[in-house]
Amino acid sequence: MSLLSTDAGRSGSSGPARRLAAWLHRHPSARLSALLSAPVLWLGVAYLGSLAVLFLSAFWTVNSFTGEVVRQPTLDNFRTIVTDAVYRTVTLRSIGVAVAVTLVDAAIALPMAFFMAKVAAPRWRRLLVVAILTPLWASYLVKAYAWRVMLANGGPVDWLLGGDGNGPGYGLTATILVLSYLWLPYMILPIYAGLERLPDSLLDASADLGARAGRTFRSVVLPIVVPAVVAGSIFTFSLSLGDYIAVQIVGGKTQLIGNLVYANIGAANNLPFSAALATIPVLIMVVYLVAVRRSGALEEL
Amino acid sequence: MRRARIITGLATAGLLALSACSSGSSGGGANPADGKPPKIDKLASLGAGEGQVNIVSWAGYVENGTNDPKVNWVTDFEKQTGCKVNSKVAGTSDEMVTLMKSGEYDLVSASGDASLRMIYGGVVAPVNTDLVPNYSDVRDFLKMKSWNSVDNVSYGIPHGWGANLLAYRTDKVSPAPTSWSVVFDNAAANAKHITAYDSPIYIADAAMYLMAHKPELGIKNPYALDDKQFNAAVDLLKAQNKNVGEYWSDYTKAVQALKSGNTVAGTAWQVIVNLAEADQAPVAAVLPSEGATGWSDTWMVAAKAKHPNCAYKWMDWIISPQTNAQAAEWFGEAPANPKACEFTSDKGHCDKYHAADAAYASKIWYWTTPTTRCLDGRTNVTCKDYAAWTQAWTGIKG
Repeated sequence: MSLLSTDAGRSGSSGPARRLAAWLHRHPSARLSALLSAPVLWLGVAYLGSLAVLFLSAFWTVNSFTGEVVRQPTLDNFRTIVTDAVYRTVTLRSIGVAVAVTLVDAAIALPMAFFMAKVAAPRWRRLLVVAILTPLWASYLVKAYAWRVMLANGGPVDWLLGGDGNGPGYGLTATILVLSYLWLPYMILPIYAGLERLPDSLLDASADLGARAGRTFRSVVLPIVVPAVVAGSIFTFSLSLGDYIAVQIVGGKTQLIGNLVYANIGAANNLPFSAALATIPVLIMVVYLVAVRRSGALEEL
Repeated sequence: MRRARIITGLATAGLLALSACSSGSSGGGANPADGKPPKIDKLASLGAGEGQVNIVSWAGYVENGTNDPKVNWVTDFEKQTGCKVNSKVAGTSDEMVTLMKSGEYDLVSASGDASLRMIYGGVVAPVNTDLVPNYSDVRDFLKMKSWNSVDNVSYGIPHGWGANLLAYRTDKVSPAPTSWSVVFDNAAANAKHITAYDSPIYIADAAMYLMAHKPELGIKNPYALDDKQFNAAVDLLKAQNKNVGEYWSDYTKAVQALKSGNTVAGTAWQVIVNLAEADQAPVAAVLPSEGATGWSDTWMVAAKAKHPNCAYKWMDWIISPQTNAQAAEWFGEAPANPKACEFTSDKGHCDKYHAADAAYASKIWYWTTPTTRCLDGRTNVTCKDYAAWTQAWTGIKG
């Protein structure tokens, strides 16, 4: 504050707001920190702070009978997670689901995004983007329950596949199907944005040099689109890894990490153990993001 | 790179500090193994109402007409007693325990798997049943049970009860089942179409089945399982898991699965069967020969209730014949007060829910919190407590 007043005195201009503006103009670093302090605080306290609290509480335990949290640090929760085979199985299953959803979405999104960016007439592009975004307006729960009805015994999916019980029913397959449907827009949009940046002239040049469609795709399109696919995969992978609602609705008896976290908060009243479980997807995502960073895909976001 | 090393160093130091003090931790608080719940006095006499009462309840137990204008037993209570009702609906027994521990509520409608935890945790006080005139009408087979009393001290007023029945599709399961074996030993006949209740408390269903079919295990009470008995029940459920289509805890999900035929047999509540039948689904329910688990809800008063008089007035109101009838009918259960049977709008309600059938009721093992002190009175072994049940349940579902 003293800095401010001496500074203002020297400049001699009138009005505190003006003096402040002048001072800020001469001190770009103060300007920047004032601008960023709110978002940085948000990121630091609300986001990283809560992660830190989560990690800390993972070392607590709960009195098994009264449900009181015992604030004495112990590694019991992590020991259980590491030694009990069921948590390994569930973790691997969750990763498997996240990978499968990402692959399915990438396989569907690539041709769709290519069509939108390169084949469709420009005035159609905007409409197609709207069409991709529209499902996001509907509630997640409505869509998941709609899938529950569609996948029911004798429902539309069974009927399409030729009779009762021919469909996948509720289970792991249904979970992957529904999650792929739910997160598809998050894969299409980054790929679309990446392909839009690909100049048509490159495709023309490739064709002029005698390359067939497959060769053009491999040598011209793919190198440009891979970072975009990876960027999209961050969404589909992380969203699938943390999901527990769609699994509950269409997953039959399938358990993912999210279900275990939910069960330990909702049913077992064991917050510390939930916190310990919740660090598993955090670790997986950290590994994934570090790997992604090397591919340069983060610049695509 | 340097920053990364600093972070790693900090993390390592933190872990070391934590692991250094990790030894020698033990849970504080009351433990039933120690014997008695904390000594809390019951209300000696009823005074004037405090003007309001804060209630934690199951959905459908405290209705003021906002869900359905015709379903309202709060407004008249408020008019007659001057106690304004503030109610909070809890979704699970554990949520109820957590809410009651916050100390902001006077009253709770606890199921048996929550009540003991609150009694031993010192969260609820004994109830002076003399101050609840309608208590004398309550059916005897609901009074002074292990889930609402300790050492002959009453901790609550029974509200209503129901059984976890065996529901099945009449078109898919024939002959009609009379035993739980259709979901256990013979479940493979309906592989992928069996359902089970998604809660650790369901382990008791398996234990009850073993009680009848493996008498050599010596199970006397499905909520009091020692290591060997517990492992047998868990193994049975792990075998069942291979044939389970889905587990349910949301009752609307169970209704829909029965209607579509995704579920052809499994545990369900009467209200689920009624809803499925109402939609013309070929569904029936039976109380199998082994018996069934069930729930019996109890109104309990907080140990530090700020509005005890209004809480007692509510307990008397909710089991009064008219109100008990309305609440039981809205939720789909047997009312605790037999006089309620005259006031249900469906005159067959009490018959449908077997409200007067003591033989039916005696076949039901009501949800009770498993504790290390065996509930069947054995003292030479320790039993598996609810925390162990919870962990095992995750393992069963795999």
